[in-house]
Amino acid sequence: MSNFINGLLRLRRGPWEMVATILIACGVVMLMQPFAMVLFTYSFLVTLVGTVMFIIVSHFPE
Amino acid sequence: MMSDPVVHRVAAATPPRLAHRIRGLSDRTIAWLFVAPTIFLLLAVNIFPLIWTIRLSLTNFRTNRPNNEVEFVGIENYRRILTDEDTWTSLQATAHFLIWTILLQVLIGFALAYLINKKFRGNDLWTTLIVLPMMLSPAVVGNFWTFLYQPQIGLFNYFVQFLTGADPASFSMIGEVRLAPWSIVIVDTWMWTPFVMLICLAGLRSIPASLYEAAECDRASKWRQFWTITIPMALPFLMLAVLFRGIENFKMFDLVVQLTGGGPGSTTLLTSIDLKREAFEKWRTGYASAYAVILFVTVFGLASIYVKALNKVKDR
Repeated sequence: MSNFINGLLRLRRGPWEMVATILIACGVVMLMQPFAMVLFTYSFLVTLVGTVMFIIVSHFPE
Repeated sequence: MMSDPVVHRVAAATPPRLAHRIRGLSDRTIAWLFVAPTIFLLLAVNIFPLIWTIRLSLTNFRTNRPNNEVEFVGIENYRRILTDEDTWTSLQATAHFLIWTILLQVLIGFALAYLINKKFRGNDLWTTLIVLPMMLSPAVVGNFWTFLYQPQIGLFNYFVQFLTGADPASFSMIGEVRLAPWSIVIVDTWMWTPFVMLICLAGLRSIPASLYEAAECDRASKWRQFWTITIPMALPFLMLAVLFRGIENFKMFDLVVQLTGGGPGSTTLLTSIDLKREAFEKWRTGYASAYAVILFVTVFGLASIYVKALNKVKDR
């Protein structure tokens, strides 16, 4: 866990890609889940943040 | 060098004036000259429409009223889509379709590939027969499955009667809310399982026989060979199949329109059909553009993480 946080602080690709991946996955699940309208409403925002983050952090050093 | 004579022949065939002009250019410039048409095409066909769609999504533009004043509405279209119950229902229908088709196609496709990969009499004939549905037009498949699903005359209902004893006239696959989502899953699985099978077959045939021979020497059981050799080696191919089918089914249109038209009600109204209705039946171009951007970001995000996972599996 400390490695993960260190990686985030030192702007390393691995942990930041992990965060972006989790955001995208959450966004897609929120978009298509049948349980709560509020999750659907904020799904696009979450997916968009995750996708933009993924594009940016894929240029970070390993 | 084998290519030297070819290089000399090409150089000799180049007209002197052109050769003189090219000689004055750097390698980098020549490289750009070769790549420029592709970049221009990419910009014209992909990037420009994308930017234009994003721009339209922030307006109230309607294609059927080109003379109306176009107003900038900010994120209003996005807000309306993301608070719309019907859009939410449509996305749930798409999720149901995606999850079940991919699951069934991967399971059945891999099982078929595993069987076809074995040497037996008539192997080629069976492969050809299995691949046939994939070669048909989705519109044709949609049309003839509507006949197969007819309660009175449809063969499918009689097949279900043969298996379960249910009266064929007692249920309608494409007319009942409960069954319609499954009717499109069945047809898409029937049509596209061969595609997954072919990809899996390529994966299975790429596994070196020496691995199985080594496993036999180590007295590994068939079950263990399957889980420790076959599955890990075929996994990148399976993932590719899932990626292709996922993207294709996210934008599934023709087959479902022919089969159910999105009905009954909106039980099979997939996002692509919903989007087409917004854009070309209700003519809400700005709204439809925002809808398209939402779907694009979703597919793009999913594809990004999927390609990353695929690369990891390949590197392993």
